[in-house]
Amino acid sequence: MDKKTIALVGNPNSGKTTFFNMLTGANQYVGNWPGVTVEKKVGTFTHNRIEYDVVDLPGCYSLGAFSEDELVARDYILSDDADVIVNVIDASNIERNLYLTTQLLEMGKKVVIALNMVDEAKRRDISFDLDALSRALGAPVVPTVASKEIGKDALIEAAIAAMDEDKEPVNPVAYTDAVEHHIEHLHALLEERALPYPADWTAIKIIEGDADIAQKLHDMRVDEDVLQGVDNFRRYHGSDSFELDVVDSRYAFAHRVAEQAVVRPEQEVVTLSDKVDRVFTNKYLGIPVFALIMLVVFQLTFAVGQDLLGGVAVEIIEGLGGGIEAFLELIHAPAWFIAFMNDGAVNGVGAVIEFVPLIAVLYLLLGLLEDSGYMARAAYVWDDLMRRFGLQGKAFISMIIGFGCTVPGIMSTRTMDNRKDRMITLLITPFISCGAKLPIYLVFIAAFFPSYGGLVLFLLYAFGIFVALVMAKVFNQTMFRGESSYFIMEMPPYRIPTVKNVLRNMWDNVSGFIKKAGTIIFLVITLLWVLAVLPTSVEPYSEFSLLGRIGAFLAPIFRPAGFGTWQEAVALFAGIPAKEAVVGTLGMLYAGQYLEEGMILVDAIRQHFTPLTALSYMTMVLLYTPCAATLAIVAKETKSARWPVFMALYTFAIGWLVAVIVYQVGSLFIG
Amino acid sequence: MTKMLTTLRKGDGGKVIGIDAGKTATKRLYEMGFNTGASVKIIKNDSGPVIVSLNGSKMAVGRGLAGKIQLEATEQNAGCI
Repeated sequence: MDKKTIALVGNPNSGKTTFFNMLTGANQYVGNWPGVTVEKKVGTFTHNRIEYDVVDLPGCYSLGAFSEDELVARDYILSDDADVIVNVIDASNIERNLYLTTQLLEMGKKVVIALNMVDEAKRRDISFDLDALSRALGAPVVPTVASKEIGKDALIEAAIAAMDEDKEPVNPVAYTDAVEHHIEHLHALLEERALPYPADWTAIKIIEGDADIAQKLHDMRVDEDVLQGVDNFRRYHGSDSFELDVVDSRYAFAHRVAEQAVVRPEQEVVTLSDKVDRVFTNKYLGIPVFALIMLVVFQLTFAVGQDLLGGVAVEIIEGLGGGIEAFLELIHAPAWFIAFMNDGAVNGVGAVIEFVPLIAVLYLLLGLLEDSGYMARAAYVWDDLMRRFGLQGKAFISMIIGFGCTVPGIMSTRTMDNRKDRMITLLITPFISCGAKLPIYLVFIAAFFPSYGGLVLFLLYAFGIFVALVMAKVFNQTMFRGESSYFIMEMPPYRIPTVKNVLRNMWDNVSGFIKKAGTIIFLVITLLWVLAVLPTSVEPYSEFSLLGRIGAFLAPIFRPAGFGTWQEAVALFAGIPAKEAVVGTLGMLYAGQYLEEGMILVDAIRQHFTPLTALSYMTMVLLYTPCAATLAIVAKETKSARWPVFMALYTFAIGWLVAVIVYQVGSLFIG
Repeated sequence: MTKMLTTLRKGDGGKVIGIDAGKTATKRLYEMGFNTGASVKIIKNDSGPVIVSLNGSKMAVGRGLAGKIQLEATEQNAGCI
């Protein structure tokens, strides 16, 4: 028997992720959607010794064709790969959540409703008539509190029971007469055409003016008269307000259901959340509160991640390295192999592993902010300022996430429902200094600005944000001119973060980081090492090595910025696969060995740089071409090879330009 | 009386009667619950996006967009369902 699949669908902030974690625990993996390279989360659970798959669809408010997330969710549901859809609903917010439900019912899918966070609803004095709700929707309803694992078994049993039932689901929405008339008409045209979609649903989508479905019908080469019919409809009714009428009808249904099945207090209960918001979204306090929170996040990241745990990681790596070396000597491994293991594998990969505690703490804290609902407030308080640069508040969330790592920062742009906002945010996020660039600054700061470390670091981060905003403005007035932008966002109530969610999120990110260390960085270091010691007739690590020659060829580009040696050029290019390699490469080439930290490297840096070239080099590192993982995710998200190439080149140009300005202007003052 | 969302003050309530924005933005607002007849209550309207209570959740709407939402003002400080 085939393994059965449950798909989770729900609004953002409906507790769907918590729900997924409750059902599957640690049995999760990340795959790709069929046909597209957008990541999907899949998990399994076992009930009565039968294993089931759970697919976590992206959170969305609708199943139109607005954002990437909506399309991915909708295509999956239409594919019939799921045996039942579990629709997670926020109990405190029933109408808007039911809006999504109506669309599942329109698709004719087997749906089980998880009425989630009933505890929160109870605190707000909201109560339910579950039978009435279930009757009105024609689907089983199970009350749940996913964060406390309440209702888990009942939900699983209801879902399994629904899989085997062969009752035909009915669409309970009553549309306007005109819409009903057109549905009937289009239905007649569409039925018996062997479409992979239900005829009624397809008809509704055509009436809604859905561009995606029109394109899909076209690509499927359906009969000419169908295409003609669809075209005619769009021609004659394109300017009618049918699509809004359809939304109104769905909401009318949702309101009717709520009237029958939900009892709400006369006056809304003022919750703690409302009180907190009076401070956090306050006209004057909003931004200072945000600054304070971010300051605490960064301070804690360094205090715990570096000062407290960083040393432990270094010791583990060094101990491991010593052990490997001793073992290799014991078995009389060839000298070149020992050198490679030391310079490349242990020190190269180890250099990255040393930052695991730092990254882990940063992700833990960002995860707490996200799970608590604060991120929406950050977007809110920044919206006004972001607007002046042609962006919207949501872009700020991507930027904050970008402090940790650019890749998830760019992935978070998926929630934006507007192409222009999304593209601009995606293009500027690399200027937000990510965690991997931090070690580079730390080494230069130790060499030249030991007493002003905090200030230099702060200025670099701030400058990165500044360049990002300026570029947003530039893009807004050039490439994306005239496209409309708008801001509409739900402000979920503050919630106590779920331990499982936060840890899960941290682990997903940290394991990705470690994987990167073991693969890309290892390959880069290996390649550089080979190039640095070949040909064997010359001195390793010298300018006569292959690497030296490549570097000498590239170096003149950087001479106007003050750092024109071949080693410095090679280090910058080594940073394109992964930023962590910059410092390591400088160490390998300047100190004759792969070093990540310690006084030898700092001394070597001090010998080869001046405070001014250190500044221009750091600016270059801050702004230039992002790492390969970022470029790869840009290719994925934009489904194009042009955007990542554009990004690689324009960021390089800006980094170079600013570094040159820093050096040339600085030289005037120093003389 | 017809008013724009941006002209209402904290505590005021109203029913959506129309949206005068572009096609995409209008549909988005409708889908998020600002559809015909929806009752909203202003939670915050000073600087930055307007925050309203809608169907039991809080929604922030940028000022530009909020200025295109037409409401029929109901009583001041009216309890919103």
